[in-house]
Amino acid sequence: MSGAAAQHRGGGQGGQGKGGDPYRLGHGGGHGHGEATGRGDGGPASKRITTGYGFWIFLLSDIIMFSGFFAAYAVLRGETAGGPGGAELFELPRVAIETGLLLLSSFTCGLGAVATERRNLAWTQIWLLVTGLLGFIFLVLEVQEFAQMIGEGAGPARSAFLSAFFALVGCHGLHVGVGILWCGTMMAQLWSRGFLPAIQRRLMCFNLFWHALDIIWVALFTIVYLMGAGR
Amino acid sequence: MFGKLSLDAIPFSQPIPLVAAAVIGVLLLGVLAWITKKGHWPYLWHEWITSVDHKRIGVMYILLALVMLIRGFSDAILMRTQQAMAVNAPGYLPPEHYDQIFSAHGAIMIFFGAMPFVIGLMNFVVPLQLGVRDVAFPTLNSTSFWLTASGALLVNVSLVIGEFARTGWLPYAPLSEKVYSPGVGVDYYLWAIQISGIGTLMSGINLVTTILKVRAPGMSYLRMPMFCWTSLASNLLIVAAFPILTATLAMLTLDRYMGFHFFTNDAGGNPMLFVNLIWAWGHPEVYILVLPAFGVFSEVISTFSSKPLFGYRSMVAATLFITLVSFTVWLHHFFTMGAGANVNAAFGIATSIIAVGTGVKVYNWLFTMYGGKVRFTTPMLWSIAFMVTFVVGGMTGVLLAVPPADFMLHNSLFLVAHFHNVIIGGVLFGAFAGMTFWFPKAFGFRLHEGWGHVAFWLSLAGFLIVFTPMYWLGLEGMTRRLQHVNVAGWAPFLWIMLFGVGIMGLGVLAQIMQLLVSIRDRDQLRDETGDPWDGRSLEWATTSPPPSFNFAVLPDVRGEEAYWTIKQRAIEAQGLVEEPEYEPIEMPRNSATGVVTAFFASFTGFALIWEIWWLVGVGLLAAYGTFVWFAWRKEDEYEIPVEEVAAYDRERRKVRAAWLLREQGARAGEQPA
Amino acid sequence: MNGRQDVLLGPTMIGDAFRSRLRRACAATVPLLLSGCVGTGVLNPHGPIAGQNRTILFNSLAIMLAIVVPTILATLVFAWWYRAGNDKATYRPEFTFSGRIELLVWSIPILTILFLGGVIWVGSHQLDPARPIESNQKALEVEVVSTDWKWLFIYPEQGIATVNRLVVPVGRPVHFRLTSSSVMNVFFVPQLVSQIYTMNGMATQLNMRADTPGRYYSTSAHYSGDGFSDMNFATDAVPAAQFEGWVAQARARGRLLDRPAYEKFAQQSQKVPPGFWGQVQPGLFDAVVRQEIKPAAGPQEGRGGPRVSPGDES
Repeated sequence: MSGAAAQHRGGGQGGQGKGGDPYRLGHGGGHGHGEATGRGDGGPASKRITTGYGFWIFLLSDIIMFSGFFAAYAVLRGETAGGPGGAELFELPRVAIETGLLLLSSFTCGLGAVATERRNLAWTQIWLLVTGLLGFIFLVLEVQEFAQMIGEGAGPARSAFLSAFFALVGCHGLHVGVGILWCGTMMAQLWSRGFLPAIQRRLMCFNLFWHALDIIWVALFTIVYLMGAGR
Repeated sequence: MFGKLSLDAIPFSQPIPLVAAAVIGVLLLGVLAWITKKGHWPYLWHEWITSVDHKRIGVMYILLALVMLIRGFSDAILMRTQQAMAVNAPGYLPPEHYDQIFSAHGAIMIFFGAMPFVIGLMNFVVPLQLGVRDVAFPTLNSTSFWLTASGALLVNVSLVIGEFARTGWLPYAPLSEKVYSPGVGVDYYLWAIQISGIGTLMSGINLVTTILKVRAPGMSYLRMPMFCWTSLASNLLIVAAFPILTATLAMLTLDRYMGFHFFTNDAGGNPMLFVNLIWAWGHPEVYILVLPAFGVFSEVISTFSSKPLFGYRSMVAATLFITLVSFTVWLHHFFTMGAGANVNAAFGIATSIIAVGTGVKVYNWLFTMYGGKVRFTTPMLWSIAFMVTFVVGGMTGVLLAVPPADFMLHNSLFLVAHFHNVIIGGVLFGAFAGMTFWFPKAFGFRLHEGWGHVAFWLSLAGFLIVFTPMYWLGLEGMTRRLQHVNVAGWAPFLWIMLFGVGIMGLGVLAQIMQLLVSIRDRDQLRDETGDPWDGRSLEWATTSPPPSFNFAVLPDVRGEEAYWTIKQRAIEAQGLVEEPEYEPIEMPRNSATGVVTAFFASFTGFALIWEIWWLVGVGLLAAYGTFVWFAWRKEDEYEIPVEEVAAYDRERRKVRAAWLLREQGARAGEQPA
Repeated sequence: MNGRQDVLLGPTMIGDAFRSRLRRACAATVPLLLSGCVGTGVLNPHGPIAGQNRTILFNSLAIMLAIVVPTILATLVFAWWYRAGNDKATYRPEFTFSGRIELLVWSIPILTILFLGGVIWVGSHQLDPARPIESNQKALEVEVVSTDWKWLFIYPEQGIATVNRLVVPVGRPVHFRLTSSSVMNVFFVPQLVSQIYTMNGMATQLNMRADTPGRYYSTSAHYSGDGFSDMNFATDAVPAAQFEGWVAQARARGRLLDRPAYEKFAQQSQKVPPGFWGQVQPGLFDAVVRQEIKPAAGPQEGRGGPRVSPGDES
């Protein structure tokens, strides 16, 4: 029986008065913005909100994965098996430059988001390019550091400490690499398609991703390099 | 060119897997040939394989789970037969084969049987119960499913090409390290679980977002059906726990492939780190599986007692309580590692505290039946059997949480009996209850009750006959994973267990019969109204099967038990409310992204296992290409015209109105006073 | 180990006759299965640790049964009484919340768990495997090494070692230190003592006392690879005098277990019959724990295929 009552729509329910499909998921972003509180009053949230929300949850899970590597590093930090430890290996100046590059790239990434907000294609592209380049230089420095350590016989197979170090830092580096690939892909897509709602949402996710990498790097820089170099 | 792969990889010396694989291969080819001959490919491709409809994906998950359950059950038959034969004798399965079987049995049952089953149920039911049209990310949903299927495929490939892990279902280091397991078995395990694990994680993200952000208007948190709550809890656990598994397996992979020293004996590696990390995922995993089953029981017991769920808020609290505490108990899986009295005691107490949450739930189900009108349908039988057996399983679980008791029973068959007691009696009974309960919603006709009862009683009897002696053998000091035993006194129990497995096998056959008979008699079993059980939540408001868009107009939720309220109001008002204003509906387009990505993921996984590096490169590149192709597609939605929506809904309303009349007539007759 | 050594061990022990008698008894009483005639189990303890563990097991079980049995009965009774066809049962669809019942359903499990928590706390401390057994006798030291796939027992004070046979004097506490040459195993004598893991590169501890002479089924409880199923052995509890005699005999007739001999011994092998060494290089166990002796190797490098285990030669 029911059915009918099921179809009765409360007039005051958020967003439905606009005459669009109340299931705003099916529309591009922007609809019902701010009305779907998530407490169930306004019905399904807009695509922009769900996408951002879902991506946040992904980032949280990614951070949990990193915490697994951090935990392993914390356990194995002292297990140098007679090999070199952090104090002998870490070169803080290089790491400081890496940190600077990454923080700067986060800033330029933010500038890109501002440009996107203003629908300024040229500046969005420029800032994305700068972000990607900064990330790339960061990665080159990191690879250099790795190569140097492996060359000195301090590769990941040398000791459990080095295994945990390479895995943790390498995992972050891999994320940066994926981020650069994503950045390039986004630039190509922007160039060929312009500011479609879907592309805007992807840009938003890319921003979140890039900033999350920065946060992880700050933890990594502190726990691995700063605390490690002193020992 | 082919890495480590050569003809040696095919286990010609082991006839059993080869014959099994040949039979499966022939069956599979037969099915494919039949599909081709009948020209079903276009239908399958457009309506199922590339479908992003949460209902279709849910059904495919459950189909995968059923197939894998049968695979895992075959392993169980082999194990029971072997042990029954191998008392002071070698039996018929040499250790290197037997060890693969119990490892595969555990891994398949958990990762490819139980997980897809509960994820399938959540996928199918949650959006319907929330009164919406799909999950938050439909294409991602399809990708999740196909990645799970890809993992399952890899595990089954190991039957013929190479070997599976011989380490147990969790590859404890250092046994799983390259030194002690040089074969490809562990690599199969790692890549299969890693690929399907990514699918599971994405599915978790998807469902969390759906439940928290995509609900019908008025569906506030405390109006959500219990199943949605337990699904939310379960998916939050997936999001929080599966990354730990990913990291742990990645570390083991680095150890095996690149000589890292996370868990090795030498160079400072720490095998206990593996054990801690794997259980930090492993214990929440138990609740990932069982919480949705709790949700199913809540729905089923309430529906078939014709009463709302007793103590709904209390149930919600208990669910969240279990979710939180499940992360603080992992150490109880290794009390016998000598962690010290304080640590053991703390984790023992934390573990038993979880039982408070489950205890509360059991009592609430109990009081849901109290004062109800209990209908003994198949789903209800599974639920009552669950309540009885799960209480026992929970009790033995708490017993194992008492460290001194665990010192005597850990790694014994008592432990094995305990977790089968909770996983079969909890998760599997729940899955079967859910499957029978929601089957008419998915396919438009009910499952045959008679065969359902037969299947239930056989499964329950077989389950008791297998696991009661198993508890006893554990108390007798028999430990797990023995390829042969040297104590003659255990033999009679092993024979009884073999007999019990036979009964369970009959139960499986009865389930298959139930399916076949129901398909044959589908016209008698047809669910015309969409509400075959006198249901209480929104999935029963739409037709069976629902249209692709689920609801012509999103329901307006005004209280707990959304659909029940609507139904009562319609009865009081003696008629349906007036026809709503229909609008066109936009739905996501089907997409091959998921299946294509998984296709390449399978190749990448296989190439990684056999170290065929060029193929790894090709696979990764192709997967990236698939993403780009998907990202560039122009149209990702299509519109269902308003006429179609209106025509569908008017037809539905006609049926509903007729039913309402009948119902009112019946109710009037019911009140003689 | 050769057959001669086994002959030496055999007669000094309580013979296999005990086990075969048991086997016959079992065969004769199959109908009485549930009476537990097998006798190797944790319900039939012969030492204080296993005994107290069992007491805690029973106590916890009793505490829980007190609420589990009524719950099961209530489930069945409610389901049956409130069946749809029963006209005598009152239908109360509005009965969906009751503060009193809520209080009850939360407090019953909480009280039970509080009670049980006490048992857990006290039990974990009293029966911690590392806690020595109080006794006026000095504990016998035994060092245990699990290897693929057999057990090595070193008696450092006596200077002897055995494989796959543990001999202990009745009534005297035994203090074990345990490690592994390769993968993890669990040392377990169901009728005498708690399980404990053996792991390479570290030593765990365990305390045990056997109160009745006899031969006890003992095993590895943690799966360790293809030869695992044969990692069971007999623990013989013998009177003190007999133990001394056995030690003297072993000393007189056994070979030397030094580092090279150990390294050879630790290689993978299966179904190793019981045997002994009359002399042991001091510090061998600690050398294994400190990894001065490298972890034992696994199976020979495989072809990636399934045929990589030593059990696969046939």
